[in-house]
Amino acid sequence: MSSVATPAPIPPRGRRTKLQRRQTRLGWLLLLPALAVVAFVAIYPLGKTVYQSFTNQEFLAGLTPTKWVGLHNYHALFHDTIFRDAIVLTLKFTAITVGFEFVLGLIIALVVNSSFKGRGLMRAVMLVPWAIPTVVAAKMWQWMLDDTYGVVNDLGTRIHFTLFGWHFHLLSHSHAWIADPSTQLASVSAVDIWKTTPFVALLLLAGLQVIPNDLYEAASVDGASKLQQFWRITLPLLRPAILVTLIFRTLDALRVFDVFSVFFGNRLGAQSMAVYDQGAIVQDGHVGYGAAVSVAIFLIISLFVVMYVTFVRVSEQ
Amino acid sequence: MKHRALLIVAGLVGAATLAVSLSVAAAGTSRPRTHATPAKSAAIVPPRVPNRAAIKAKYHGQKITFVGDSVGNGHVRDLALAKRFTKDTGIKVTVVPHPAASDQSYAQLARAFSSKSSSIDVAMIDVVWPGAFAPYLVNLKPKLAKQAKLHLASIVANDTIGGKLVAMPWFGDYGILYYRTDLLKKYGYTAPPKTWTQLFQMAKKIQDGEKKSNSNFAGFVFQGNAYEGLTCDALEWIASAGGGHYIDGGKVTIDNAKARTILDAFRTQIGKITPQGVTTYQEDQTEHAFDNGDAAFARNWPYQYGIGAGAGSKVAGKFGVTVLPHGAAGGSVGTVGGWQLAVSKFSKHKNAAIEFVRYMTSPGVEKFDAISNSNVPTIVSVAKNKAVVKTNPYLKPAIASVPRVTRPAKFLGTHYNEASKVIYQGVNQILTGTPASRVLPQIKSRLQQILNSK
Repeated sequence: MSSVATPAPIPPRGRRTKLQRRQTRLGWLLLLPALAVVAFVAIYPLGKTVYQSFTNQEFLAGLTPTKWVGLHNYHALFHDTIFRDAIVLTLKFTAITVGFEFVLGLIIALVVNSSFKGRGLMRAVMLVPWAIPTVVAAKMWQWMLDDTYGVVNDLGTRIHFTLFGWHFHLLSHSHAWIADPSTQLASVSAVDIWKTTPFVALLLLAGLQVIPNDLYEAASVDGASKLQQFWRITLPLLRPAILVTLIFRTLDALRVFDVFSVFFGNRLGAQSMAVYDQGAIVQDGHVGYGAAVSVAIFLIISLFVVMYVTFVRVSEQ
Repeated sequence: MKHRALLIVAGLVGAATLAVSLSVAAAGTSRPRTHATPAKSAAIVPPRVPNRAAIKAKYHGQKITFVGDSVGNGHVRDLALAKRFTKDTGIKVTVVPHPAASDQSYAQLARAFSSKSSSIDVAMIDVVWPGAFAPYLVNLKPKLAKQAKLHLASIVANDTIGGKLVAMPWFGDYGILYYRTDLLKKYGYTAPPKTWTQLFQMAKKIQDGEKKSNSNFAGFVFQGNAYEGLTCDALEWIASAGGGHYIDGGKVTIDNAKARTILDAFRTQIGKITPQGVTTYQEDQTEHAFDNGDAAFARNWPYQYGIGAGAGSKVAGKFGVTVLPHGAAGGSVGTVGGWQLAVSKFSKHKNAAIEFVRYMTSPGVEKFDAISNSNVPTIVSVAKNKAVVKTNPYLKPAIASVPRVTRPAKFLGTHYNEASKVIYQGVNQILTGTPASRVLPQIKSRLQQILNSK
């Protein structure tokens, strides 16, 4: 009954049938609530942020009148070395965590995809870190990594072994993992990897489960080794799942806030982009400048999205 | 059916694993107790509300929210006082503890005020905030002027903005040195250190000795985290070495040779006589380490005295307090801290809220707070009260009369928080290894920018 079904040539504009017009109108009407929601929750806040980034708006409103300042905030942002450090740190964090999470997640997914006794149990248990709220997990790790009272240093300095007559300690002395700038990135990354690897494993597991088993059987019959099966069958067929996983994780890692905030607070040289932005708006009270930072973060993240989407398009052709 | 049973088992095992992993994380090695009870809390109870009948008749049944303390036993004290107030007046008080780092609680209040939220009626205000928050606070002068006369005139002046009393003094604060009397004796010292150099030497000797039996032991603990507390601590180091107060007479003075020397001296002591992690310590971590018997010296506010002398503390009867040490060219100082109570302009029950403030800043409550919680009274007569001085030795003139130094809030107004962040981030950077000569010029230029943008 729909207009698509009519085989007749499309009438010229303005001369569509009454039915067609009514259906178009109904279509828009049905779309309207969804469009309104999108406009309200996405377009309006984004537009407002962009607008604010061109003003000198302050957090404590009413103290200084808000004025249009043009590109002033962006000019200042360009010379802001602290924000530049935050970008570099966040990119490093993203590369480290997404890399480790992908490799470890893939290994775990392959393990729990193979059939063995207690597989269901294993799949449930591996999700435990993911189930803990990030702030709680971060607080927990903060205690565990404490140089005086932490369990990591305690075990590390207690565990020792003898190898070829030499005596080794896992750690020679207690180390302030979070306080020491040279290990701060490693410690914050470790928490994220510990917490998010299960999520990556879950996404990849879903991808693995749709690969038909007969492909492997056929490959075995043809004499392909397990390694060949992995490179020729598993990896190519897993590619859609891998891409989705990487996009998810990269965007999440670029927006990281909670672990950094709990671990380092306002420490200089240890701020992610989002932590810096929150500080600019809420603590310094510069809503206008913070909006410019937000726009910059939005653009950086968009860049990654464009890169990934292009990559997907190219690889599909 | 078999599958479902397996799932249930898996869920149970998952929950068990979660519980185990959480308790392992919480255990660590002997973690100090979070809340030791203050010594005299049993001896003194919250006082009754003086004018309770009149308040009850007028405001009975109203509900107010108080954003109060969270450091030390502050929240327990707030709950006890609110309970008494509710019992006497019929005004229901919901007590919400604020974030422990005061710059975070500033942000929380700023958020509420800028959105004109009525969710906060009474708030605890740091001594450096009245200027920034004045437009959002009720003028208490019409109702509380008489009571304000009881309080220290300098603090009342600090809380009066443009002729309006925007907050009432609640308790005062200044930095003091806590030291272990037993350990000083054990290692042959007859008096606490007079200079920072002496403190470093004594801390080293005691630490070297004590580490043999307690691997968690450190010579000195203080507030080294990148937050407001470090602005207070570093002000004491620099001012006591004759290096100024960050900003003096409207000019940025932080980048000078004396400041550089003392900051570098502290930098070289991190991890040597302090835990390496002291650069992440706030007040609570400082107090835990000292009261757990894991430190010879600690810099903290007076509130720690009550907890240290109380049940659950491992150092009760084994420690003393005195003025902070000073640098080569200077004298001892203490950073002025302290908290005020203010009523939000957006409160729906302003009168009930003001009555709550009247009660909380009354002589009876200040005496209760000083004795049970070792907070510094802002009411002169309470600070001289014999029972109060007996439980709070830091109120003795020898300690209480030490010169006080103030953070540069008056030059910065609403930009104070931003400027303080520049200072504590820079000092924290020095403590974690960057020489002061590289950091101070940066702090200076950023502070100058903030002053210029006003």
